[in-house]
Amino acid sequence: MKNIDAALHTRGESQYVSDLPKPAGLLYAAVFASPVAHGEIVNIDLKKARQHSGVIAIFTARDIPGENQIGPLIPDEPLLADSMVHYIGQPVAIVVAVSPEAARKAVKSIQMEVKELEVIVDPRAAFQKGEIIGSPRTFELGDVDSTWDVCDVIVEGKCEVGGQEHVYLETQAVRAIPTEAGTMTLYSSTQSPHAVQRTVAKILGIPSHRITVDVKRLGGGFGGKEDQATPWACLAALAAWHLQKPVELVLNRHEDILMTGKRHPYSSDFKIGLKKDGTILAYEVRHYQNAGASADLSPAILERTLFHSTNAYFIPNARIFAVSCRTNLPPFTAFRGFGGPQGMFVMECAIAKAAEVLNIPREEIQRKNLLKEGDEFPYGQKAEAARAEVTWDKAVKTYDLSAIKQRIDKFNQTHFEVKKGYALMPICFGISFTATHLNQGSALVHVYTDGSVSITTGGVEMGQGFSTKVVELAVKTLGISPERIRVESTNTTRIANMSPSAASATTDLCGGATIRAIEQILSRLKRFTAEQLSLEKPDEITIQNEQVLYQGKPTGWDWKELIQRAYMARVSLSAHDFWAPPGIYFDRTTEKGHPFNYHVYGTAIIEVTLDCLRGIYQIDSVHLVHDLGRPVNKLVDIGQIEGGLAQGLGWMTVEDLQFDEKGRLLSNALASYKLPEVYFTPEKIDITLLEKADNPRGPYGSKAVGEPPLMYGIGVYFALRYAMRAFAPDKDFPFQAPLTPERVLINLYGDTKSSSISVKPQSEEKEVQPVSGK
Amino acid sequence: MTTSIRFLLNDQEMDMTVPPGLLVLDLLRHHLEKTGTKEGCKEGDCGACTVLLGELTDSGMHYRPVTSCLLPAGEIHGKHLVTVEGLNLNHLTIVQEAIVNEGATQCGFCTPAIVVSLTYGLMEKGANFDDEDVKYVLSGHLCRCTGYASLLRAGKLIQQKAHSLTPSATQSENILQLIEKGILPSYFSEVPEKLKRMASIPPGNGHLPSAKFIAGGTDIYVQEGESLPDLAVTLLNLFPEMKGIVQKGKNLHIGALTTFEEFAAHPLIQKAIPRIKDYMLLNASLQVRNRATIGGNIVNASPIADMVILLLALNAELILTETSPTQKDKPMRRIRLRNFYKGYKKLDKSPTELVKEIVFSIPEPDEQIHFEKVSKRRHLDIASVNSAIRISLKDNIINQIHLSMGGVAPIPLYLSQTCDYLSGKELNLSNIQEAMEIAQTEISPISDIRGSAEYKRLLSRNLFIAHFCELFPDQFSLKDLLNIHG
Ligand SMILES: Cc1cc2nc3c(=O)[nH]c(=O)nc-3n(C[C@H](O)[C@H](O)[C@H](O)COP(=O)(O)OP(=O)(O)OC[C@H]3O[C@@H](n4cnc5c(N)ncnc54)[C@H](O)[C@@H]3O)c2cc1C
Ligand code: FES
Ligand code: FES
Repeated sequence: MKNIDAALHTRGESQYVSDLPKPAGLLYAAVFASPVAHGEIVNIDLKKARQHSGVIAIFTARDIPGENQIGPLIPDEPLLADSMVHYIGQPVAIVVAVSPEAARKAVKSIQMEVKELEVIVDPRAAFQKGEIIGSPRTFELGDVDSTWDVCDVIVEGKCEVGGQEHVYLETQAVRAIPTEAGTMTLYSSTQSPHAVQRTVAKILGIPSHRITVDVKRLGGGFGGKEDQATPWACLAALAAWHLQKPVELVLNRHEDILMTGKRHPYSSDFKIGLKKDGTILAYEVRHYQNAGASADLSPAILERTLFHSTNAYFIPNARIFAVSCRTNLPPFTAFRGFGGPQGMFVMECAIAKAAEVLNIPREEIQRKNLLKEGDEFPYGQKAEAARAEVTWDKAVKTYDLSAIKQRIDKFNQTHFEVKKGYALMPICFGISFTATHLNQGSALVHVYTDGSVSITTGGVEMGQGFSTKVVELAVKTLGISPERIRVESTNTTRIANMSPSAASATTDLCGGATIRAIEQILSRLKRFTAEQLSLEKPDEITIQNEQVLYQGKPTGWDWKELIQRAYMARVSLSAHDFWAPPGIYFDRTTEKGHPFNYHVYGTAIIEVTLDCLRGIYQIDSVHLVHDLGRPVNKLVDIGQIEGGLAQGLGWMTVEDLQFDEKGRLLSNALASYKLPEVYFTPEKIDITLLEKADNPRGPYGSKAVGEPPLMYGIGVYFALRYAMRAFAPDKDFPFQAPLTPERVLINLYGDTKSSSISVKPQSEEKEVQPVSGK
Repeated sequence: MTTSIRFLLNDQEMDMTVPPGLLVLDLLRHHLEKTGTKEGCKEGDCGACTVLLGELTDSGMHYRPVTSCLLPAGEIHGKHLVTVEGLNLNHLTIVQEAIVNEGATQCGFCTPAIVVSLTYGLMEKGANFDDEDVKYVLSGHLCRCTGYASLLRAGKLIQQKAHSLTPSATQSENILQLIEKGILPSYFSEVPEKLKRMASIPPGNGHLPSAKFIAGGTDIYVQEGESLPDLAVTLLNLFPEMKGIVQKGKNLHIGALTTFEEFAAHPLIQKAIPRIKDYMLLNASLQVRNRATIGGNIVNASPIADMVILLLALNAELILTETSPTQKDKPMRRIRLRNFYKGYKKLDKSPTELVKEIVFSIPEPDEQIHFEKVSKRRHLDIASVNSAIRISLKDNIINQIHLSMGGVAPIPLYLSQTCDYLSGKELNLSNIQEAMEIAQTEISPISDIRGSAEYKRLLSRNLFIAHFCELFPDQFSLKDLLNIHG
């Protein structure tokens, strides 16, 4: 089946929030944001702004009737700054006018006096000053400290990995429309309609049932609208509430980039100990997460960093420390991978460094330490249906790794200015929200008397193909044609308390709920059919191709007739159902449990060509073997793999998020923040799906797909490093991502500092700092 | 200030009064309810707002994709504006179908504009639409969801379908075939007649409302877009006499309004600068190059302006004319481009003066030209450092040399000391190495988002080396020039 929205998209007929027909009297809002990264607000002068033509009203923190608080995990984030500002871009006031232009002009004439305070942008500096969010956390397996002694080689190093701007093509957008009796409907571009509903109600000081949030589709989300669509919805709602007029708030690209959070930058230290043959015995890592000015989802993201710090490897002795550090930058937030990629990157750096010291190919260490069935993760769960080795071996065989290596090494021997490189990248990603309670999904299914079917779920369509998969699951369960099925907008009145569409889990959860809701209706219909046609075993009634069968033979009824008869006989044709996968839990006091429903595995081989004169590069190919279980819709899933991969490749190479020491965003427009475009795309991408890979824990044996493929992109970093080492074998390059052409050139020709290396004898080994906070 | 414009919006004749500086994107979305055209950045960087602008020429209709977010409404007078809505038929077109079948749309936000550009590809290339063309027309579009692989596959599907077309030389012939095959709506065939009928004197002809000049608008809208709809502006493109490329004696005269695309496509330029198409591919995107003018590049005076860097090395001159009525007696004047820049964005030009033409001598057979540009992202990005060279040798002695470098000074820099040093010298390793050192003393890069000062110095050196390795591969290699042994 093709994506059910695709035809509409190509005709330009799909409606996003700002495309909806305009209600009469629609007003437009624009946000005044702090120009200063840290300080006390002394005065806000709105006089000039109020006099601008077309301005209707201006609201500040004082105008919030309910609670001025939007922090999703920790109440540390006001909707509008009241006494303090903590980052550049923090909303302070909202201007409402007759046009967006008028609102923006007025915003420009707002003056704010601020007593400036010290600005922190570096997570380690924040940590040293005690500026942390929540408590530091440590996962431990085995006994790290006593293992160092038995290692043949110990390598230490430091990694810096940059943030990433989402660049969902549709910027943050919302329309708030007051309705009768103190109720309100919001059309919001959010991955989390319930969060918007709950938070708007809190801001306005009214119960949730007076707020309806409706979401048809998003022009991309990638995590950037999981929690951070909420403030804009709240602001529009606040204005609409006071004015009792519909209000639209659409950030322009500049505002969006400036005011919203991104993927977290991390700074990490690693220490890894191995046997001579490449077996990893011990791994210790300390992650300093740059959380930005407030918690947002940072603690949850930090947790996933902890979960994925050993990637697809079994490491018998591991200690993983992570801390969320508060800085004066916009609150960093969810982004596809949710902290996992940062953890994996450091693991891969440690392996790279160890391989360089041991002078063996990196992939030898990787292969030797891949997870096997029953191996324990540092968080206590054991690998079940482990597919790290099988995807690796299949990739190596299918794409002939030894031929690739030969070709590349031969090329490098005969070329001086241009070098090639390759790298393998295995992934292992846990599926489930790590906050166990969020692992719940709902669906509401109606069958109308004409046989058409309407499905509402708690999942949001943001381009990931969720709606298409729901149709596919419904068709499979119902046995009728897809044309009869419609997936409705996501709506808080039809589905309550929905979890955000995130963690790759929406199809598992809401698709699972859809199947169960349909099964409810089906079982009523089967009972009814059995009664009417005097059939003994209702269980042996099936519907195939719209025909009602008994023990595989036609009953003479088709779907339409069945529905009409059932309706006349007063059988309920609607059902709501729920799905909460069993067996997942996590104990944060012991840091052990079974947090994931299952894991997704895969391995990519990436090849690059590096122009060592100019520092520029091309990604030649990405070949990968991926585990989708039994895919629900291959076209949609391949699209997710390719799209995630591109984002991962971009994050590691050209996507260069930069702030200065004053907390100013330097990469503040698409002119200065560069993401992959068509010429950046690898010349060749080849995807092999693991066959006969069942997954009893996913709907119809499928596996989630959204996030894991992004992490294949990490491989490009090491492919480039390979090429760089071919050009300058004597240099020891620092681990800093993204590896922009600038970094490449500086690394190749500048004086680069090496990370500390200690090879036996052990006495020269540097003391590792004791890990605190456990 | 308002102006009345008559134009064709898809199949509809429009007659309206608008501020000339109003953006076509805003006109479409806010005033005409054409919401298939999306706003993703309003700076020319995402392509979500791409529309086709069709003009009646001697050889029939000629369409170009442009970003409507940088296009002043005053300029669409007398033209055919095509949005995605104007490409829809009752069935999906082969372009739309290919995107659907390959799953080349996910969130869909970028998709309508991509349909517009791919359809343009068919109009321009017809049966010859190939893989490179697909990339060429997609290069100005950002799609955050798909990673482009499925779009490239869709491009292949479209090509397969296009094979049934008969190869033809002009857009108008292709368009007729596309109509016949049900790929373009039939109203396209009536467009030339309609435009002829609607044709009237372009507003403002012969009259300059102000010295707020807008040429392609690709710089000025990014810098001060919010204020332009409210201002009296002069749309220079309504003065087509400033367009075109002609040879006069040993010189080429480039009209200041010549766009990047027109420049690179012109046979005289291709002869003078054989690799111009490769170089041009590194600059902006197709949609932006269809608007960006050479004159705008010069007057905007960005220190990394790509065309300026190339023209500096070509040793170009400018012809300026004064438009202020009070200074009408002032004759046109000519100035060497390298003398035009006085400091950061400071020009030897009065506010009312227009750059009319750019002049450079046609390279002799023994002259070589080369351009280098490195940016964070290879395509559609501003240079960290760029550089150009024009050089001629006699018996391995440098007869003439012009070198320029961008991104390393407050102005686009002509490396005069380096050139002085090298002219008359033998082309050998030690002279080039010495020149490299001199060049380093001429530049003064600063750290910014395009790179640290240290990086730009390093890159300047390497691009300098690149010129000689590219032009004289038998004589120079990176290894020798850097004394790297191993
Ligand atoms: C997405 C994007 C990518 C870009 N990429 C590149 C790139 O890779 N390389 C590059 O060099 N540039 C790039 N640019 C910048 C821009 O496209 C060029 O500088 C272009 O040449 C500007 O020309 P224009 O006609 O659009 O200028 P406009 O914006 O119309 O004008 C620029 C300035 O020049 C004045 N002006 C224009 N023409 C004249 C004239 N004839 N006489 C007197 N004054 C005049 C205007 O008043 C204005 O002040 C990019 C721009 C965008 C939006
Ligand atoms: S809106 Fe992005 S290019 Fe026009
Ligand atoms: S499909 Fe979402 S940006 Fe292209």
